[in-house]
Amino acid sequence: MSEQVVDKRRRLFLTAAATAVTGVGAAYVAVPFIASMNPSDRAKAAGAPVEVDISKLELGQLIRVEWRGKPVWVLKRSEQSLAEIAEMTDILRDPDSNESEQPESCKNVGRSIKPEVFLAVGICTHLGCSPTYRPEVAPDDLGPDWKGGFFCPCHGSLFDLSGRVYAGVPAPLNLVVPPHEYVTETKILIGSSGGQA
Amino acid sequence: MKKLSIVLLVLISSQLLAAGGTNIELQSANVNLENKASLQRGAKYFVNYCLSCHSAKQLRYSRMGKDLGISPELVELNLMFTGEKIFDGMTISMRPKDAEKWFGVNPPDLSLIARSRGADWLYTYLKSFYIDESRPFGVDNALFPKVGMPHVLSDLQGLQKAVYKDVELEDGTVKKVIDRLEIAEPGRMNEKEFDKAMNDLVNLWSTWENLQNLSVKDWVGKS
Amino acid sequence: MSRMLKSALGWMDDRFPLSKVWNEHLAEYYAPKNFNWMYYFGSLAILVLVNQIITGIFLTINYKPDAKLAFDSVEYIMRDVEWGWLIRYMHSTGASAFFVVVYLHMFRGLVYGSFKKPRELVWTFGMIIYVALMAEAFMGYLLPWGQMSYWGAQVIVSLFGAIPYVGEDLALWLRGDYVISDATLNRFFAFHVIAIPLVLVILVFMHIVALHAVGSNNPEGIEIKKHKDDKGVPLDGIPFHPYYSVKDLVGVAVFMFIFALIIFYMPEMGGYFLEHANFVPADPLKTPEHIAPVWYFTPFYAILRAVPDKFLGVVAMAGAIFVLFLLPWLDRGVNKSIRYRGPVFKAAIYAFCISFIGLGYFGMQPVTEVGTWFSRIFSLIYFAFFLLMPFYSNIGQDKYVPERVEEK
Repeated sequence: MSEQVVDKRRRLFLTAAATAVTGVGAAYVAVPFIASMNPSDRAKAAGAPVEVDISKLELGQLIRVEWRGKPVWVLKRSEQSLAEIAEMTDILRDPDSNESEQPESCKNVGRSIKPEVFLAVGICTHLGCSPTYRPEVAPDDLGPDWKGGFFCPCHGSLFDLSGRVYAGVPAPLNLVVPPHEYVTETKILIGSSGGQA
Repeated sequence: MKKLSIVLLVLISSQLLAAGGTNIELQSANVNLENKASLQRGAKYFVNYCLSCHSAKQLRYSRMGKDLGISPELVELNLMFTGEKIFDGMTISMRPKDAEKWFGVNPPDLSLIARSRGADWLYTYLKSFYIDESRPFGVDNALFPKVGMPHVLSDLQGLQKAVYKDVELEDGTVKKVIDRLEIAEPGRMNEKEFDKAMNDLVNLWSTWENLQNLSVKDWVGKS
Repeated sequence: MSRMLKSALGWMDDRFPLSKVWNEHLAEYYAPKNFNWMYYFGSLAILVLVNQIITGIFLTINYKPDAKLAFDSVEYIMRDVEWGWLIRYMHSTGASAFFVVVYLHMFRGLVYGSFKKPRELVWTFGMIIYVALMAEAFMGYLLPWGQMSYWGAQVIVSLFGAIPYVGEDLALWLRGDYVISDATLNRFFAFHVIAIPLVLVILVFMHIVALHAVGSNNPEGIEIKKHKDDKGVPLDGIPFHPYYSVKDLVGVAVFMFIFALIIFYMPEMGGYFLEHANFVPADPLKTPEHIAPVWYFTPFYAILRAVPDKFLGVVAMAGAIFVLFLLPWLDRGVNKSIRYRGPVFKAAIYAFCISFIGLGYFGMQPVTEVGTWFSRIFSLIYFAFFLLMPFYSNIGQDKYVPERVEEK
């Protein structure tokens, strides 16, 4: 090897420039690979909004619809139930739904867009079991003060007919209300809320 | 060493030019993937004429709408007839076993047809049906003899008849081969219009082949 | 900041030979200073191996190795998975690129005598890598479960059936079934994804260890270790890092440019990289008109077909690969590099190249009489190149054996 004067500054510049360009190149290469792990078109298609027709929904009837692999309840409530719900505030943990998940339009006492139609994801916020619908008033196992709601058999959590969780039960939050919108008076689109995700 | 490299280069590159031969001359399909109007017409012909027997299950209606610049509402209104959802693939309800009984062979899924057959082959195939009373559906195809497919597009093209010519073989015998096809009964389209319509169909199928090129041009991630 | 790094390095060096390995194999590993363009392909082969492994992992995230689901899962990757089409094309193009690079790498070894003493073991490890690579590519090709996948596998596995006495049982054992089926697909998946890649990585490591033990050859065939200065540095050597690490980056850049051109604009390469028949799902009841292996196998396929007997054809094909292993011991010439070989040897190399490429060409075509005759002639030339080498490799050799790299 012949002895040469090494221009250290030039060498530093070249090394830095090459490293920078390689870094940019590496980022470009990495992006498709990482992006490929995102939900695919098929997963997004399977997670697409679901339409429910409530024209035949009777008073007190609860129907179950599947959205994104989860059960969604659609319940027709009576005026009396609604009145009773409004009074129950002191036995609930989060009566104003400050901590729970629901669309803006459902941050009210009834936790719904239309007061008489209630939607909720039918999964207990404790450990994921599906609660049972208990509309009857004062049954034996739930006591004389029970005015209707949901009872989770796994660990005994209780929710009212707006899906609001009782104080003192294992579940920490009110039931999740999924984003939804009324396409017509009798057709609900679950999974979309007029522009919001 | 240099000479050797040149020899190798020439040998290898000459191989790339060697192509397989075909018995019938393929007409050039002149695929144009930019012409959205052509692609949309192709989609119209496809769902109206082909989709009853041929599925294209790898293609989602939503994807086709997106590539062709058709909104989901218009896709649902004009291109979907049997109650599927917009995100579904283009499947059919005919069962393969029934199809085999009725046609002799299950009509192949067309999602990848442009990749396996090639655009020129498809274009020529669609234009090469002619009257043959001996076949179950009354037609045969000059590019694909003894084909099981009826001439679905006959109301557009009309019916062609084959004009034969005599060809002498090496051993001295004379054989009749097809010289050309002529329109015997006209359809709703003349020859130029039908060629254009077939070009639209082949363009559509070619977009299915070149899905990724379309999205690279958009330069945003898919969907 | 640099003091922190220095002490971190010291901590590491006390527990792990990091600086030692860096010096011995990079910064103070001396390679001949006269490497030309033919010396890029080793590092490019490592690049392609890394590409295949990374793209392969991401494909395995979505691929389903079940005969009913495989074809559709590939289409799912192509259409529904974000950038899935790019990852797929990188993998399929990478497979062909692997063989382009490896064939050029082997060719460099052939013309510069890099297989000769003391580098016989480097060549041997390399040949084992080549065979493993062929197995890897063959098994990978079954996975898309297209027509060519299925029928190509059917033909090749039934070749094993040609072996007398054990053949049928062997083929049955390989397939796991009486025909190529879901059982075959699953096991080929396991071998392709885990078994052979592990073997390849280990073999590449050993290949490089063997190389570093004796040092690289060069286009002049000079042994640079014969002439060292008073510090023990070969007079015609330069440290691999930074000279060849930087130079190899240039090779990488050129390679990636061509690679990108292909994956974005012509991934099918006219049906040579992604064969048209493979876009039709596998159908055990319908054989495609023309079954041909992928281009990188065609020379050996041509040799197989040239022999009229089924079993002897298999023997010839295996022999054609095996004879490459013997190269270090067949060549009796004194000089390594083609630059200092006699005209007979040079002519033999030309003849070998023409016949190898010719075999490759005819291996792609359907069987014709002309093709068969050419394949036979080329096969004879191919075998003669090796088997006659002990006799002709010494003829007309230049008495001049270079010792030092000469300045031009």
